[in-house]
Amino acid sequence: MLDQHRDYVLRTVEERGVRLVRLWFTDVLGNLKSFAISPAELENALEDGMTFDGSSIDGFSRIQEADVLAVPDPDTFELIPWGEPGAAEARVFCDIHSLDGEPFEGDPRQVLRRQMREAHDDGYTFYIAPDIEFFYFETPTLGEPPVPLDHGGFFDLTTRDAAGDLRKDTIRKLEQMSIPVEYSFHEDAPSQHEIDLRHTDALTMADSVMTFRLVVKEVAASKGVHATFMPKPLAGVQGSGMHLHMSLFRGEENAFYDADDPHQLSPIAKAFTAGLLRHAAEITAITNQNVNSYKRLVPGFEAPVHISWARNNRSGLIRVPIAKKANPTATRIEYRSPDPTCNPYLAFSLILAAGMRGIREGYELPEEADANLFEMDDAALEKLGIEALPQSLSDSLKVMERSELVHETLGEHIFEWFLRNKRREWRDYKTQVSQFELDRYLRST
Amino acid sequence: MSATGMLAVFAAAVPPELARSLDLGGYTWKGVASTDEAAEHEPADGWQAAVVEIGDDAEAAWSFLRSLRQHAAGVTKVLLLVPGARLGDLELRDDLFDDFCLSPFHPAELEARLRHLVWSSGDHLVAIADLVEYGELVLNLETYQATIAKRPLDLTYMEYELLKFLAQNPGKVFTREILLSRVWGYEYYGGARTVDVHVRRLRAKLGEEHAGLIATVRSVGYRFGQSRWSS
Repeated sequence: MLDQHRDYVLRTVEERGVRLVRLWFTDVLGNLKSFAISPAELENALEDGMTFDGSSIDGFSRIQEADVLAVPDPDTFELIPWGEPGAAEARVFCDIHSLDGEPFEGDPRQVLRRQMREAHDDGYTFYIAPDIEFFYFETPTLGEPPVPLDHGGFFDLTTRDAAGDLRKDTIRKLEQMSIPVEYSFHEDAPSQHEIDLRHTDALTMADSVMTFRLVVKEVAASKGVHATFMPKPLAGVQGSGMHLHMSLFRGEENAFYDADDPHQLSPIAKAFTAGLLRHAAEITAITNQNVNSYKRLVPGFEAPVHISWARNNRSGLIRVPIAKKANPTATRIEYRSPDPTCNPYLAFSLILAAGMRGIREGYELPEEADANLFEMDDAALEKLGIEALPQSLSDSLKVMERSELVHETLGEHIFEWFLRNKRREWRDYKTQVSQFELDRYLRST
Repeated sequence: MSATGMLAVFAAAVPPELARSLDLGGYTWKGVASTDEAAEHEPADGWQAAVVEIGDDAEAAWSFLRSLRQHAAGVTKVLLLVPGARLGDLELRDDLFDDFCLSPFHPAELEARLRHLVWSSGDHLVAIADLVEYGELVLNLETYQATIAKRPLDLTYMEYELLKFLAQNPGKVFTREILLSRVWGYEYYGGARTVDVHVRRLRAKLGEEHAGLIATVRSVGYRFGQSRWSS
């Protein structure tokens, strides 16, 4: 099987005159990394992998064990639809191995592979469809506030819609790179846009999210515009989230669907949801990994604040959308806290691990919280047994640190490195004095 | 050089009656237990024919044949030995073999079929690229390239394989499970929805005008091209 993949890749490079093959992989923080090789080296790379120095990559090797292997996954080989005409380029995602050939413990893609395999052993395939939000700004100058391109609102068809053309071009390039788009529209905030992708298995989707972020930024940059996935770039308007619609399938059957249940949710779906709710706080440091992520998770902007679920309540953490015409394959749950700066491999891994733990240990799904939680005070929430998500990066790191589920899923290497790196980020943030503090205290105290 | 070329016999251990028949027929042959072994022992001018028994590990045999076809389409002739109970496995795999013989086989029949097969693979072979064409779609099986209305399609390997399988069986309706097993093989962890994902991608890449080449057959699966039952 693998031989044919290889032949296909090598032959395509030859037939299409590819001049450069980019080997892509992802660091622990979710940054896309790349190095280019010439077609002459490709056969060797497909066979044995390419050695490179991992110590320069965030969260990879320590200095004394620097070299690692990038092994291309030929299934992900694809021509890149931009760049110079007449000098085609291609990309291929890589799995990282240590020199002895074992999966490298610092590679997020291998973490997700492991989770997918475990779910597969239980008979399940995990599907995800993300709704990704982002802003277009004029090219930013350091120290200046961001300048939106327009002041349109939700679903607005703005006149002279420069951003609309950007979006159209982006979607065309996404489709060329095998990333099918379901919807795209102008979001609520000025210059904010949303593109919804169609479901694929979670590993393919994590690759797609990495490609997506690059395509959005590339297309914008080619028109002199800056695209950003920063969770909360403008105070007072909605931030950018990455809502994840998900389901488990057993073959062609949606394991989340049950025709006899009043909400059409199967016991599997309920136990998965229960698992995700119970471990939500523990995985928040990964799904919302920046200081700025927590400025989005505040009341009043359609971002979740409390750990709860409901069928059609956008203030909850998990929403169960009503499937069109009771379509069994469309039954799913929507996890609403992640933002688009997260590392998709690690975030999907932990979500799957939390849900599967719920299934394996038969967690009980708590009561649906269908009231508007933003309007309730703490006492009322406590009576319902509803807790809040961690309020800051520091809070979420403290919960993560004690989580056996996160430790086990990520493995010692990534777990330890991530905590260390993010504690440093929090310390750096704490040393800053913000405009808020100056405005509030400088004259009054 | 012998009158005929070299035969590969795919089996973990070549059964004695088969070995005897081949020896009596005057063939030079070599037992190979895996694709790697077949590659290692391949003569310079390629295997002239392969005798493959569909035994207990049928998947291994099919996978061997798929590699062989990729590697040497049109060069190596394939004779299958298949038990009567497994004849159903041959359906939709016509591309993987040239002739078959029921096993346990009758030595005279095996000899007759092999002789014919080897004759037909004689030196009148002409190297013509294998093309699959349907309307404006052309797949070149030798170079793995696909074009629609002369425009090259940039496909991933699995997209290409799915399109190839569909285009080689126009007008037939396939369920997702069948497509998954025939195109991906059973070991893929992506599940049956993977087929929908790839069909959706193929339609996008074929472009609006040609997206209809792959039709969804409600609550069944997919069909490539026109139905054979409607006009």
